Amino acid sequence: MHTHTVSELAAALAAGEFSSVELTQHYLDRIASLDGEINSYITVTPEAALAQAKQADERRAQGEVTPLTGIPLAYKDIFCTDGVKTSCASRMLDNFTAPYNATVVQRLADAGAVMLGKTNMDEYAMGSSNENSYYGCVHNPWDKERVPGGSSGGSAAAVAARLCAAALGTDTGGSIRQPAAFTGITGIKPTYGRVSRYGMIAFASSLDQGGPMAASAEDAAMLLNTMAGFDERDSTSANEAVPDYTADLNNSLQGLRIGLPKEYFDEGLDVDVRASVEQAINVYRALGAEIKEVSLPNTNLAVATYYVVANAECSSNLSRYDGVRFGHRCDDPANLEDLYERSRSEGFGNEVKRRIMVGTYVLSAGYYDAYYLKAQKLRHLISDDFSKVFEEVDVIMGPTTPTTAFKIGEKVDDPVAMYLSDVYTVACNMAGLPGMSIPAAPVNGLPVGLQMIGNYFDEARLLNVAHQFQQQTDWHRQMPAGV
Amino acid sequence: MQWETVIGLEIHAQLATKTKIFSGASTAFGSEPNTQACLVSLGMPGVLPVFNREAAKMAVKFSSAIGAELGRRSVFARKNYFYPDLPKGYQISQFELPIVGMGKVEIVQENGDVKVVGVTRAHLEEDAGKSLHENFHGMTGIDLNRAGIPLLEIVSEPDIRSAKEAVAYARKIHQIVRYLGICDGNMQEGSFRCDANVSVRPMGQEKLGTRAELKNINSFRFLERAINIEVDRQIDLIESGGEVVQETRLYDSVKDETRSMRSKEEANDYRYFPDPDLLPVELDDDFIADAVAEIPELPDARCKRFVDELGLSLQDAGVLTSSREMADYFETASVGNDAKIAANWVMGEVSAVLNKQGLDIADCPVSAEMLGGMLKRIGDNTISGKIAKDVFEAMWNGEGSADEIIEARGLKQITDSGAIEAIVDEVLAANGKQVENYRNADPDKQPKMLGFFVGQVMKASQGKANPQQVNALLKERLG
Repeated sequence: MHTHTVSELAAALAAGEFSSVELTQHYLDRIASLDGEINSYITVTPEAALAQAKQADERRAQGEVTPLTGIPLAYKDIFCTDGVKTSCASRMLDNFTAPYNATVVQRLADAGAVMLGKTNMDEYAMGSSNENSYYGCVHNPWDKERVPGGSSGGSAAAVAARLCAAALGTDTGGSIRQPAAFTGITGIKPTYGRVSRYGMIAFASSLDQGGPMAASAEDAAMLLNTMAGFDERDSTSANEAVPDYTADLNNSLQGLRIGLPKEYFDEGLDVDVRASVEQAINVYRALGAEIKEVSLPNTNLAVATYYVVANAECSSNLSRYDGVRFGHRCDDPANLEDLYERSRSEGFGNEVKRRIMVGTYVLSAGYYDAYYLKAQKLRHLISDDFSKVFEEVDVIMGPTTPTTAFKIGEKVDDPVAMYLSDVYTVACNMAGLPGMSIPAAPVNGLPVGLQMIGNYFDEARLLNVAHQFQQQTDWHRQMPAGV
Repeated sequence: MQWETVIGLEIHAQLATKTKIFSGASTAFGSEPNTQACLVSLGMPGVLPVFNREAAKMAVKFSSAIGAELGRRSVFARKNYFYPDLPKGYQISQFELPIVGMGKVEIVQENGDVKVVGVTRAHLEEDAGKSLHENFHGMTGIDLNRAGIPLLEIVSEPDIRSAKEAVAYARKIHQIVRYLGICDGNMQEGSFRCDANVSVRPMGQEKLGTRAELKNINSFRFLERAINIEVDRQIDLIESGGEVVQETRLYDSVKDETRSMRSKEEANDYRYFPDPDLLPVELDDDFIADAVAEIPELPDARCKRFVDELGLSLQDAGVLTSSREMADYFETASVGNDAKIAANWVMGEVSAVLNKQGLDIADCPVSAEMLGGMLKRIGDNTISGKIAKDVFEAMWNGEGSADEIIEARGLKQITDSGAIEAIVDEVLAANGKQVENYRNADPDKQPKMLGFFVGQVMKASQGKANPQQVNALLKERLG
């Protein structure tokens, strides 16, 4: 059952081949037997999952069906889930049970989807390797010595190891696409504002965006259909009509204009990864697409700019974790100052502290203009680069990451090297554009991600372009050994 | 040395929206702690603010009332600092682009001259919660009902030169926001709070002295008091060779002193930056027009109209327009009646009883319509002014309308000349000696002696005889 895609599962459930309860139990059994080595889940909710599955079967019997009815999903532990621990992989929220559902969680529940549990992640979504988790690192199912990427590493690993039918991730600087690339799955970060952020614990508010992580573009389209749309609780969500993302999947790519930014194929790119990406581009060439080189000249500024903007916002967003109302509180505080200092020192991990300090610094009196304001200006330049390129192409393509998944522990002592693994993904967030990663030919048995970036609200096209590739290749069908 | 005082006020007016500025939680005052604290008020992980545009509408009204430059595009910014009753660790406020720009108000100085005080800006922000230090056994309780109530922070130019002017300015702003209906103005409940920036400088010096910011002032009386003692403190300090330091000082009304709360060095670096959770507030022409259309006649204009059209004195018009409720009450009561008599009743009898009972005019048991009904009966001679006082008291005690009371108590004035003649004749017949004395008296003393007969007639008629008719008839009979 678990080797099915969501669309195949939906068909099988509709045909009565098995029930949602059976399917859910199957995934729960797989999690119980396989996740010990992968550590992709922080919390598994078997009773609630089976109850939801039972309800889904009942709704189906009454003819109340959506394409997601009875489909077992996993949610990154950054999405608030009513009555279920929502930790953000932080000691700070280890004791936190969310009192409400995030909008996307609620929409998926309304559509009849089943929640298996909450997936592991980098603490507060800060990281590119899933090593920054209070609950321990996640192991890449393709090679358990390697990282699954981050920050949505748990969701990526769970999908890759087929420990759920599909999962939710969030992407602030590449946190859906980079782990999707490292684990050989399909992930899409929608246009900023396409998916409500309400109930998605904030890292960097102007960059965060939730999205689906799945085995195929078609599956991602099915999830996005339910997730996307205006939410009156999120002022930054877009009041734009949501198309049926599955409707255009089979459109022809004849005449599609694809731009390859030369800056994404520079000397930092691993030669084997480059070869894999070029091979994938050839598939598009064969499908009738026009390929041209383009330039995003400010790419080299994107990482630095990103770490100013994202950290500034995070330093403020994480102020609410003060030990006063919820979350971790130190023992026996001597006074208010002590309560703040020790609760936050004990509650946050090193990477989170590093980013809060950097963010506080760049917003401080005397430094604001030099860092925060300058970064905002650069952000405009980076957006302008994309706008110019989209005047001549429909989709931008390139590698999602410079290398395949690296070894656990390899970069933990070198934050800058770690940050540079986001070099191809952060600019997309800076501009608020939709971005996607799909599996290309693996290198030495490790998955490679082909990244595609679309124009604003052009998710339907990205999904179409990805789906057509997946009709020609079966990289997305490949699974790690033992699955 | 001669010293000049320089004062600027920061006034926080709670806006009278039904729900909070960034959530749907109620703003009602006085509920059980934390019963009006929704997920957004609590700063729960994952929640987001959604701007309540009613607050923008109120700010537009204020902007128009003080002739300010409206910020058609204003931006919310985060003011970052840690405090237990600040749930998110930052306050959503406005910094670089406020909703209300430069404006001005006029105040009347003690000598009667009009002075213009500049309003630098007014911006929207959310209120914090309250820390409760009593009854928690050495711990601190947090009540977040107030967290997220909309505030309009109104910042004046340093144009104010005395504590009395500061009070006049604060009262003016208070009057305006109350007229606009955008703030209930209740200082005890904290709906209207004043912070004063106070400094002194040698008379004639241009450079401003170092200022202290006075906080915790919850009445106009305390505002005047706090400024005066702070000015004295600063002058004493400088004259004895000391130096004023920039700091925040708390006014203690019990000890009648100001004391240091935190110095500039201890002040927070608020690290303002635009709030990425909120879009800029854009105000289009229709929105502005709708808000402006709802602005009632403002106190200055109303006062002028009372003088020009109703013939009231400037002083009476000023008293009657001091609050919108009082002016509304007066105008309603005066419809179809003599404005001066109506004014005298509102400022006299009505105000006196209200003061005595400690009631606001809005809570007056005698409605403006009821008072107007009574004034009509004075106007058409149904009752005399004297009887009217009894009628008013009866109305206050809930005995019904003026007409009902007049009817029930038989207070209708006797104007039938035959009936009055009969009473007059009866009184004269019963007081033959006094009639004789009167007729023999010196003409100069007669008017005074006439009072005796008037009194007897009024007494016999139980006060109901028309006094003018009684007078005329008595003079005729005794003459």
